[in-house]
Amino acid sequence: MSRDFVRSLPTHERVLRSGGLYRIHIDPWLFLLVMTVVACGLVVLYSAVDQSAVLFRAQIIRLGLAFAALVIAAQLPPQFYVRWAPYIYVLGVGLLVLVLITGVSVKGSRRWLDVAGITRFQPSEFMKIAVPMAVAWYFHDRPLPPSFKDVCVALAIVLIPAGLIVAQPDLGTGILVAGAGLAVVVLAGLPWRWLGYAFLALAAAAPGLWYTLQDYQRQRILTLFDPESDPLGAGWNIIQSTTAIGSGGITGKGLLQGTQSHLDFLPEARTDFIIAVIGEELGLLGVLVLLTLYLLIIARGLYLAAGAESTFGRLLSGALVLTFFVYLFVNIAMVSGLLPVVGVPLPLVSYGGTSALTLMAGFGIIMAIRTHKAW
Amino acid sequence: MVTSAIKDPLREKSQFIQRAVILFVIIIALVGILVFRFVQLQVWEYQTYQTRSDQNRIQVQPLAPPRGLIFDRHGELLAENRVSSSLDLVTERVESLAQTIQELGTLVSVTPADITEFEGRLKRKRRPFEPVALRLALSEEEIAILAVNRHRFAGVEVTSQLIRHYPYGELFAHAVGSVRRVNEDDLQRLDPVTYSGTKFVGKRGVEKFYERSLHGEVGYQHVETDAHGRIHQLLEKESPVAGQNISLQLDSRLQIAASAALGERRGAIVALDPRSGGILALVSQPGYDPNLFITGMSSNQFKALSHSVYTPLFNRAVNGQYAPGSTFKPVVGLAGVVHQAVDWEETIEDRGFFKLPGQSRMYRDWTWTRNNTGGQGTVDLHRAIYRSSNVYFYDLATRMEVKNLLGFVRQFGFGQNLAVDVADASPGLLPDPVWKQGFKGEIWYPGDSINMGIGQGDLLVTPLQMAAIAATLANRGRLVRPRMLLSSDAPLPEADPPPPLPRIVGPSAQDWEKMVDAMEAVVHRGNKGFRGNGTAWAYIGRDIAYRMAGKSGTAQVVEIRQGEEYNEEELDEFNRKHAWFIAFAPADNPLIALSVLVENGGGGSSVAAPVARQVMDAYLLPQLKTAAVSQRSGRRPR
Repeated sequence: MSRDFVRSLPTHERVLRSGGLYRIHIDPWLFLLVMTVVACGLVVLYSAVDQSAVLFRAQIIRLGLAFAALVIAAQLPPQFYVRWAPYIYVLGVGLLVLVLITGVSVKGSRRWLDVAGITRFQPSEFMKIAVPMAVAWYFHDRPLPPSFKDVCVALAIVLIPAGLIVAQPDLGTGILVAGAGLAVVVLAGLPWRWLGYAFLALAAAAPGLWYTLQDYQRQRILTLFDPESDPLGAGWNIIQSTTAIGSGGITGKGLLQGTQSHLDFLPEARTDFIIAVIGEELGLLGVLVLLTLYLLIIARGLYLAAGAESTFGRLLSGALVLTFFVYLFVNIAMVSGLLPVVGVPLPLVSYGGTSALTLMAGFGIIMAIRTHKAW
Repeated sequence: MVTSAIKDPLREKSQFIQRAVILFVIIIALVGILVFRFVQLQVWEYQTYQTRSDQNRIQVQPLAPPRGLIFDRHGELLAENRVSSSLDLVTERVESLAQTIQELGTLVSVTPADITEFEGRLKRKRRPFEPVALRLALSEEEIAILAVNRHRFAGVEVTSQLIRHYPYGELFAHAVGSVRRVNEDDLQRLDPVTYSGTKFVGKRGVEKFYERSLHGEVGYQHVETDAHGRIHQLLEKESPVAGQNISLQLDSRLQIAASAALGERRGAIVALDPRSGGILALVSQPGYDPNLFITGMSSNQFKALSHSVYTPLFNRAVNGQYAPGSTFKPVVGLAGVVHQAVDWEETIEDRGFFKLPGQSRMYRDWTWTRNNTGGQGTVDLHRAIYRSSNVYFYDLATRMEVKNLLGFVRQFGFGQNLAVDVADASPGLLPDPVWKQGFKGEIWYPGDSINMGIGQGDLLVTPLQMAAIAATLANRGRLVRPRMLLSSDAPLPEADPPPPLPRIVGPSAQDWEKMVDAMEAVVHRGNKGFRGNGTAWAYIGRDIAYRMAGKSGTAQVVEIRQGEEYNEEELDEFNRKHAWFIAFAPADNPLIALSVLVENGGGGSSVAAPVARQVMDAYLLPQLKTAAVSQRSGRRPR
């Protein structure tokens, strides 16, 4: 049945494959959906930056660069990625080690590398693509479902960089990188049983893990259960974000009318907490529209991944899509008070360039895998 | 499953699709959780969060009413309000308190004392997000510097408010009283709504008694503020209602004269208008500058004030309780006449000491000498007053039944606070057998009556009470209640008048006139040779321009042992006698009645009488000059 699915593409698909965009390796549906989310995000961002022309223009430039990354990534043939995957991975791990030694410290975390004093670069961000790519590379010429040995090797490939990132400390990115790598392992056919065992083991180890957390991380977890215990300290963010969201109601207070965001009650309104601005100003309807768009992107991404003809392509595409989901889920769950506060931006919407760049490059890779011949 | 070691692309692909579908279902389930959460927040709990959001941004700020002004009887301002700007910190919004204070210190002067006081204020109970003052009384220049740098600091505010100011400083500290910063105890006691915007509350004197009227009604404004407490817009406002302005009986010119007359000495002066009971002057020295309690003072300054052995914060005029000494004799004399223990003609022989029959204890006159050559000779009541004969009154007291003596004396208000509106006035003490039994566990001895005859023993009075006694004598028995309030724009709730006092029962009109004559003799009887002059004549009576009736008193502070003479030089400063003088004038048409107390001053006639004369001169001479033509002698008060 699956064979039939591959061989008999729907009519519109065939039409599109022969269309103009496919010739430049762009999937029009995915492209359109991503563009729509970015456009909606810009509208909200315009409100979140208090209509600051300077900040708004800076974000448009960043998004332009991110689009360029998407287009470029889409042009590279998948063979290129397979060939370079191990080197990219090793380079990335090397950079992470370098960060821990010589990195620039911001707010107590070493995350940045100074590149010749000109610009700063966050290697951990780069690993969101490099890690799943390396795992996909490892599995691509091995029989699947993977053997126990292969799973262990793959886990090592994932956990070494993830551990280095958590050590910076940057729990949010560490989770995303680990999630991206593990997604490949799951998609490669990891027996569900093993996944169940892993969960049990994690639950058993949880008390021990508690002691490895930083004080502020523990505080964030405690705050999740009782934000009122420290309303002006750790609980402030979560109280203000749930207040912003809740007070938006079904239809919202209207664009630019959010009191929580514009009177500075909501912290990080333009970056990690921007979903609260959407909730406050555009209400439940705005949030549902965004979630629908996200789901469509995921559906389209998985569809493209399923259609890929190589193991490497399938695994990498699928993992990138799942990473995108983890991204948005962790962010929205955190802002709405379901998960502890970790530094994860809302994909394609939050202010800032780095995450947009990797996400777009990821979508470019997904498109490349699907649009290049024989992959 | 794991058996096949060879890659099977088709199987791998179908497995991938299967996995992708399962994961997509999981994703939809997880997104479903998110949707559920948003529905919970935005639909089911919408009201809660809507309210919370409004509470966040809309703040109700109390607007403190301007405090009522206080004037003297001539419209002179005694207590006003001034604008004062303070540098406040909202600690909840300040990230690093120490750093912020340090940075502020580079802009304006923040002394270690300021920081100590700020920390003290921080510890006090306050409302959340209530600004706490770091610096008070900012200068114009400092306000400008802070305004320019305001964006650098979160939670730092410059607020202006009206604060109390007493233009005369120390002069009226004990008369008008003062306000103090609202403290924790006050918060327990005061109405939280009315005082929500108020930083100061009347703690002493008139400011305390008329607090309710002076305070006014609080106002409100609803403002939209951001997370840093900065106001973005005014939504609604209800203006406060200013406190009542009040005018007092006080005469600032007389107050100045009285304060000057007392000079550097410790003591008190209370001057009344005997017709109304209005308090014309109320001086207690040493005093203090009440403004210090408002603009703030260092803890050393406060310690110096509160721990001084001269107790400048203590209101001697109202709370100082002393034995009245001989100023009490006119009252005892009238008691004797009323209860027919003596009459005006009867005389005794005063040899300078008095003994009860069959007892050896010697009660001495002030003219007593070791070889018993003192004494005033033949003494009737008139002479007993102007010569202040102790022996006459010792004898008189023993001739009366205790209950008769006390019953008559009590009518004058001893042991009670008769004042209408003097906050916390002390009642003094009129001892009686019941009190003595209860308090000391002893019966009332004849010696107690003897001591009372000359105003000693357990009897205690305040200068305010003695001024009222002078007024009662001036009024020939008509009691008046001392009062501070002269007028107000509208009736004051506090000024619910207490019941009028009955006249003193007993003495005839003639008795009153004879007593007044005797008191005039204290001041005016002169050039009569050895032990012939009024006790105060030599000090104040030689050149006086009007008829003054007075009585001196000298209150013992320590007991002088039997057989010893009182030697002022040998006594420590605080063991010397208190000097009293009560007086009223003009004797026939009294316009002023007063009491003077000089603590540890010595003799009443020599020390206190000149002070009284100086105060009376200041009050009467200008009036007598202008009214010289229309002055009619023999006019009596009603």
